[in-house]
Amino acid sequence: MSFVSRGFHGRRRSDADRGRVPPGQYVTPDFPVLSAGPTPRTPLDQWDFSVTGEVDEPRRWSWDEFRSLPSEEVTHDIHCVTKWSKLDTVWRGVSVDTLLDGVDTSAEHTVQLADGGYTTNLPLEDLTGGRAWIVFEYDGEPLDPQHGGPARMLVPHLYFWKSAKWVRELRLQAIDEPGFWETNGYNNYGDPWREQRYWGD
Amino acid sequence: MADVVDVAAETARTKTIAFDVPEWPGHRAGQHVDVRLTAEDGYQAERSYSIASAPDGARLELTVERLDDGEVSPYLTDELRPGDRIELRGPVGGYFVWEPAEGGPVLLVAGGSGVVPLMAMIRRRAAAGSDAEMRLLFSSRAWDDVIYRDELERRAGDRLLVVHTLTRVQPDGWTGYARRIDEAMLREVAPGPNERPLVFVCGPTPFVESVANALVRLGHEPRRIKTERFGPTGG
Amino acid sequence: MDASRLDGNSVAGLLHEIFGTDMTPALGTCGNCGVDEPLGAMHAYRSAGVVLRCPHCNHMLVKIVDSETATWISSTGVRTLRIPKQEA
Repeated sequence: MSFVSRGFHGRRRSDADRGRVPPGQYVTPDFPVLSAGPTPRTPLDQWDFSVTGEVDEPRRWSWDEFRSLPSEEVTHDIHCVTKWSKLDTVWRGVSVDTLLDGVDTSAEHTVQLADGGYTTNLPLEDLTGGRAWIVFEYDGEPLDPQHGGPARMLVPHLYFWKSAKWVRELRLQAIDEPGFWETNGYNNYGDPWREQRYWGD
Repeated sequence: MADVVDVAAETARTKTIAFDVPEWPGHRAGQHVDVRLTAEDGYQAERSYSIASAPDGARLELTVERLDDGEVSPYLTDELRPGDRIELRGPVGGYFVWEPAEGGPVLLVAGGSGVVPLMAMIRRRAAAGSDAEMRLLFSSRAWDDVIYRDELERRAGDRLLVVHTLTRVQPDGWTGYARRIDEAMLREVAPGPNERPLVFVCGPTPFVESVANALVRLGHEPRRIKTERFGPTGG
Repeated sequence: MDASRLDGNSVAGLLHEIFGTDMTPALGTCGNCGVDEPLGAMHAYRSAGVVLRCPHCNHMLVKIVDSETATWISSTGVRTLRIPKQEA
């Protein structure tokens, strides 16, 4: 980087405890809206969430059924591969452990499928053990459609493209199937602490 | 790399910044540049800005609207001084371009700072001595927000029609349009579809889409309507 | 309709770097609905990368990820691309 624009500071970037911020990231107080397509608007009476694929029996919840599952409020930092991080974001959601409770599977891989066609892949173990939720509230309010509402995946230990907005299905698979961005240059795993942004990092 | 040679206010919130760009290859009216800013810690931000000036050697003008929550625009309007340098890439964008050789009639529809690339077309037309018929329908919030107001008044003539609509506040005695651009207004101002005008629409995305759809409903050919969408917080 | 979507004009610079020429007037045939549009008129969405979609049917046409060391581009949604030659 050779040229510096005199006097340019850019968006407010907090000097947060650097230990909380993965390499190459900047902390923002905003919540940027980034999307690969138009915001889907699925009416709640048509919404459902399914667990499918390599399972003994596929599962499906309507919105009412989903909302009557036990949920919890969680606070996490989130990290977007476009370099912004947001600290202490508060969500309410259903743990993926709850959704997979009692599911019999030998699958090691998953694909999240969302309204609008977005997909992203993850090892099953990264979605379990209290590391992932399907969230429906952000900051105490129902999740805005622009931010993935009515419900999105939340997997805060990985870059945020691994948390699909408008998620509708979790498919368990024996084979790994790179998703929307993974097939086009982004890293297959996406650990922000090892700065795994791009394929080959 | 471009050197700032002048910063001048257009309205309370917009400024025209003039640059000297060595080896500037020239540009066409409607094109834009990509501006990239780098902070001391390496943080970078990039935005596109339409070129306001008609082609003029190595000199380039951008007109930038300061968005209060913008990241780049406040730097360009408040901080930049003559003598500063900025990184820019361009010119780019040959789709949203008008050349005098294409003739008219031309309909330009602008929403706020969307007028910038259309002004480049108006200036280009004047510099080329073209007598192509051109009409500008320009939506602004208030009279004091009208970018290039005085210059448009000077340039308007029998072959260049300038029509304003002020959507939020109008001055006393205002007899012009006082609402958002709609099908009825376009029907009154635009050349008829049988004249097959070249149409350029520029502004925020919802504005552009509403105007383009209205023009198609009025019978204008979609192929002859070119659009450029600015982000809602473009700067 | 999303106020945050732009159009292909907003990625003109990036496309120029990839293709070595101005691509906004290039006509793309949508692989889904078959309509031709200039890339400048395609709907553009920016997130982890850039996505260009057909303004008629929303089909995904082009996906671009740009890093410091490489650019990845997928254009399988475009059936045909007609790139006009620049006048000398």
